[in-house]
Amino acid sequence: MLRKLVIAVAVLAVLGGVAFWFLTIPQTVSAAALGPHRPDLANGRTMFIAGGCSGCHAVPGEDDKTRLGGGLALKSPFGTFYVPNISPDRRDGIGAWSEADFVTALTKGTSPDGRHYYPAFPYTSYQRMRLDDLRDLFAYLKTLPAVSGTVRDHDMAFPFGFRRGLGLWKLVNLDGVPFVPDPAKSATLNRGAYLVEGPGHCAECHSPRNFIGGIVAAQRFAGGPNPEGKGWIPNITPKGLGDWSEKDIAYLLESGQTLEGDAVGGSMAEVVRHTAQLAAEDRTAIAAYIKSLPPVEGARPTKK
Amino acid sequence: MVRVMLAVAALVLAASLAAAQSNPIAARKALMKANGDQAKIGAAIAKGDARFDLAKVQAIFATFLDAAEKAPALFPDNSKTGGKTEALPAIWKNKADFEARLAKLGADAKAAQAEVKDLATFKAIWSELIRKNCTGCHEKYVQKN
Repeated sequence: MLRKLVIAVAVLAVLGGVAFWFLTIPQTVSAAALGPHRPDLANGRTMFIAGGCSGCHAVPGEDDKTRLGGGLALKSPFGTFYVPNISPDRRDGIGAWSEADFVTALTKGTSPDGRHYYPAFPYTSYQRMRLDDLRDLFAYLKTLPAVSGTVRDHDMAFPFGFRRGLGLWKLVNLDGVPFVPDPAKSATLNRGAYLVEGPGHCAECHSPRNFIGGIVAAQRFAGGPNPEGKGWIPNITPKGLGDWSEKDIAYLLESGQTLEGDAVGGSMAEVVRHTAQLAAEDRTAIAAYIKSLPPVEGARPTKK
Repeated sequence: MVRVMLAVAALVLAASLAAAQSNPIAARKALMKANGDQAKIGAAIAKGDARFDLAKVQAIFATFLDAAEKAPALFPDNSKTGGKTEALPAIWKNKADFEARLAKLGADAKAAQAEVKDLATFKAIWSELIRKNCTGCHEKYVQKN
């Protein structure tokens, strides 16, 4: 009897292991799937700005925000991430990557050596990006200065150092669906939706996360406690923004100034450094989409 | 009635001056509040919600200049905490950078006083003035609760 039980447990464990192995295989995009493309560097730069790539990947403390040597420490409840080098350096950056490697990284969250990236790299948003935009972005990144030097490994708390498990996280949080414009909405609203949900990855900060670090879908854009430390991420649905107009939102993205006359601080100041460089029409489009979000009552900071 | 109001105004002024000396946190909060109120006037003009008014715009820059000149004295070492301050400890760790930023705000406000003549010259400098000074400084030195 005991022997049968032991065998049953062993079989189950093997089956579980095999299932886990299959479920957590890092997904990739093949070079054959890409097709011909002539890169548009100006559009690549727009994607670079809209994505705020330099906000995390620029070398901390340096004035030149096009030197993407990485190294910034990002604290999270799961450990500390150290942002990698994405400069075109062949050895330490992405200089030796193929286009398919890049598209795979941004849409599947898989590295060229076949490992899962942590979702601190917001591929859950970047997966919405158009293939042409991703390829233009890659071409633009290649024009930036190569920076040598690898960044130290992430410092993760147990058991989050085990990357293969991220395959399960992706099953829940990475749906693989690209952005689809809504023909019933204006071109401006669709452009705004694309910029906000795709490259801009606004929801990544402006939404609360569950215990495994996935965005709580019902609370998308409703804000919550700052996962990077102190402070509160504001609710940017109409429940939080109240009587802000589209113009007020667009103006904030240009100046950093709120409707109350205050200036945004923390990470949003970095975001504004990027959005201020976008075309005015893109800021207007973002504002129009933000203004059109469904109202969601978010958590509120406890008053001291 | 006018005399009573003047007397009250004088009292308020005296009290706020005394507060500036005895309570730097309240004093700097008042300066930033004034900056914010003035910045709102400028924002309304920049957004096209209010008509350009040179006198009002010059008053904005004068307020910014005033704040830039007075603020450096309002962050003594004994004012790091208390009074619901939103000032981050980074201010005292990077005092030279902090004061250089205030000096830049003053210089930019002065330049704006000279340059801005009409809506076009106002719009040419406004959002960058706010972004580089207000937002840039709040990024490093203000904790929002």
